[in-house]
Amino acid sequence: MSIRLENVIFSYLEDTPLNQAALRNVSLEIEDGEFVGLIGPTGSGKSTLIQHFNGLLKPSSGKVFVDGVDLTLKDTQLRLIRQKVGMVFQYPEHQLFGETVLEDVGFGPRNSGLPDEDVVQRVREALAHVGLDYETLKDQSPFELSGGQKRRVAIAGVLAMRPSVLILDEPTAGLDPQGREEILAEIKQLHDEGGITVVLVTHSMEDVARLVDRLIVMEKGSIALDGTPVEVFAQVERLKEMGLGVPEITELMYELKSHGLDVNTNILTVEEAEEEIIRVMGWQE
Amino acid sequence: MRMFRSVTIGQHIPGDSVIHRLDPRTKILSAMFLIVLLFVVKGFVGYGLVALGLALVIRASRIPWKFVIRGLRPLMVILVLTLTLHLFMTEGRVIFQVWFLKVTWEGLIRGLMMGTRLVLLILGTSMLTLTTSPMQLTDGIETLLKPGKKIGIPAHELAMMMTIALRFIPTLLEETEKIMKAQMARGADFQSGGIMQRARSLIPLLVPLFVNAFRRADDLAIAMEARGYRGGEGRTKLKELKFQRLDAVALGLVITFSVLVGAFF
Repeated sequence: MSIRLENVIFSYLEDTPLNQAALRNVSLEIEDGEFVGLIGPTGSGKSTLIQHFNGLLKPSSGKVFVDGVDLTLKDTQLRLIRQKVGMVFQYPEHQLFGETVLEDVGFGPRNSGLPDEDVVQRVREALAHVGLDYETLKDQSPFELSGGQKRRVAIAGVLAMRPSVLILDEPTAGLDPQGREEILAEIKQLHDEGGITVVLVTHSMEDVARLVDRLIVMEKGSIALDGTPVEVFAQVERLKEMGLGVPEITELMYELKSHGLDVNTNILTVEEAEEEIIRVMGWQE
Repeated sequence: MRMFRSVTIGQHIPGDSVIHRLDPRTKILSAMFLIVLLFVVKGFVGYGLVALGLALVIRASRIPWKFVIRGLRPLMVILVLTLTLHLFMTEGRVIFQVWFLKVTWEGLIRGLMMGTRLVLLILGTSMLTLTTSPMQLTDGIETLLKPGKKIGIPAHELAMMMTIALRFIPTLLEETEKIMKAQMARGADFQSGGIMQRARSLIPLLVPLFVNAFRRADDLAIAMEARGYRGGEGRTKLKELKFQRLDAVALGLVITFSVLVGAFF
């Protein structure tokens, strides 16, 4: 399942005084099975960009292909595309509506016209993916759950469509550290074991550094940087200009280097940093 | 999915034109004169004059025509309905007849008059909201209603309710769009099917919308109290309204125009 954008331009409120270009000539290709991180300052066009991936927004000009199908054509069956490209919006718990968790999570599969047994099977499986138990939750109202559980139920609602691409817009915003860790681990597992292509929009440099294979940085509606986390985080100055940063541990390595310690600065995690410092200092474990 | 972007009522466009600088009370009173005038005027010459006057105001406000006209789009359904109803339902000289449906001269004239009236009404009132910030608007309404306090009109509370309502129209529309998108991403379909099916398909949209609106209302109430809001009693203003010479001239013009057009056309 690959996604390809060619020279996409998009503006909100076209021909009004409030016209603002949100995407200026974006071209990019996301390959099957990639885990892509998308970062950028607020208002850089991240959310606008991902809504092009399943045809919720259509470009003012340019082309969008999902699996070779052109989404900008009038007769494209967007419903089929949306089953394959699952999208989890910011604060997804704000769109819960079902009387029961079963009804809410089963909304997507029922819309694709699946029979009841299949819907139940999908719901069971989707809830398991986000670490929730079907039997205890299925008859509860989603509105009675805790914040973290609501978020998971909402994410399960998208997973129940069995998408081959999963797009998440800041899935951990407003959660406590443990909730963040768990949700990110579940997403990672979906990618590693389920073979799903994942696009993760986030503000956390630590998260992307740990998780993704490829990092795309947006600035003012264009792609500013695109590469592996190590490549992107090597551009410290550029990132700081944009109001972004690098993971704190990477920052630490740069500090050490500027104080005369000859360390490798291509470090993204605490574990890597530990090894590197031990190596440079010549300590034995 | 940009269906809601055409709503201009309640959307303020900042600017520095003569119209923008007028005291909100002047603009509110002028809008009221316009409304009364539109119901007094009986002929097309009068409507023509009102349209001309309105055109001058729009011009002076330096808000692009395209944007002002766009505000009429949501009105199209009502306009067409008004015109058709009048066209077929008025007794009079028959122009032509299809089966039992008669199209009459009187119907045509009345339909067109009603349509023009509605268009001018919306254009005039959206000029008020386009050039006046919600803050100014409430301030204006509040001061205008103050004399009514003696007979128990809660001027401040009404004004506050109006601002909050106006302020949240765009927010609610945005929210609607967001939820629609989220449900569409899960295969929801809001466009096809019969009337019952369409009504059912709105549940996934309306339930979250209401839940979020109540949550937001709660948050807002708490935020207001946290900043010491206790109603209008003894509340001072950062920017006092000032009625200037420009306002006197403008209001004088509007009144003279309304009386003349209302009396003769």
